Amino acid sequence: MNDTVGIVIVSHSRDIAKGTADMVRQMVGSEVKVAFCGGNPDGGLGTNVSLIIDAINDAWSSKGVAILVDLGGAETNSEMAVEMLQPERRNLVVVCNAPIVEGAVMAATEAAGGGSLEQVRAVAEELSAG
Amino acid sequence: MPLEPEMLKSLVRAAAERVIASTSELTALDQAIGDGDHGANMKRGFEAVLGKLEAIGGQPPHEALKTIGKTLVMTVGGASGPLYGSFFLAAGEALSGKTLPDDVVEVFGRGVGAVSARGRSQAGEKTMLDVLVPVLETLKWAVGQPDVIERVRATASEAVQRTAPMLATKGRASFLGSRSVGHIDPGARSSFLLVQAVCDTLEPRQ
Repeated sequence: MNDTVGIVIVSHSRDIAKGTADMVRQMVGSEVKVAFCGGNPDGGLGTNVSLIIDAINDAWSSKGVAILVDLGGAETNSEMAVEMLQPERRNLVVVCNAPIVEGAVMAATEAAGGGSLEQVRAVAEELSAG
Repeated sequence: MPLEPEMLKSLVRAAAERVIASTSELTALDQAIGDGDHGANMKRGFEAVLGKLEAIGGQPPHEALKTIGKTLVMTVGGASGPLYGSFFLAAGEALSGKTLPDDVVEVFGRGVGAVSARGRSQAGEKTMLDVLVPVLETLKWAVGQPDVIERVRATASEAVQRTAPMLATKGRASFLGSRSVGHIDPGARSSFLLVQAVCDTLEPRQ
């Protein structure tokens, strides 16, 4: 089986994360594993390290996982989550510096085409290049 | 004299209670220049720490610091969770094989270094580092002197006030640009509260 890079979407809002994942599935199809999470440990707006870890493991692929985030805390908590993964998985996860919706769609498109983790990240991050 | 379990519990309880009691103040500061969740996030994190107080008191100090760090990482929910969490995780790592207060500069310094690395930030950018770094600098020269606690207290008080005129270039407040000027940074304020609570427990104010 040809594994593809997995995509994780982390927003402060579970609705935004879910909506972004819905768009990715509609536009890219179901061959790429997409997981999402949003909300703080009380269910309010925010992010949550343990949910991010679960989402990374849900989207896991032997080629790695690319994470798309919205604002500051989502990035910081995602980086923390990566460090708390099993050691053999840590180096196979990247947090992309890209807008969450467009980045997720571009990353998933590249992943569906068989791109490597670095290629997936580069395509998403092109969107942030001035 | 090494750090005793009862003293460790008193310090953790005082720090947590100070932060929880200041929830609305931290919220108000964060509403001015952030997204308004710092008070609630810190309250949730430190309530979880208080819930583990007995376990924390039963651990060797370096493990206790790591437990505090992990608890904050998993419960705070905002960027301050990994930032404070990294402080305590790194400080716990540094305390292994060392003792407090003798090695406080190394232990506190490793914690501050972890915050800086996690936030990719330095002092002067209107963050919690603007309290933590000056406190570390004071500890470096004042440790061992009879008035070290008073020096640290004074440093933290002055440092938190100095964040008001700063321009935020990191974190949520940086989106505001020059509009962040004139407000005390909420993260610097919570760091100040934690430092004050520890100082007040070690040496009650006259």
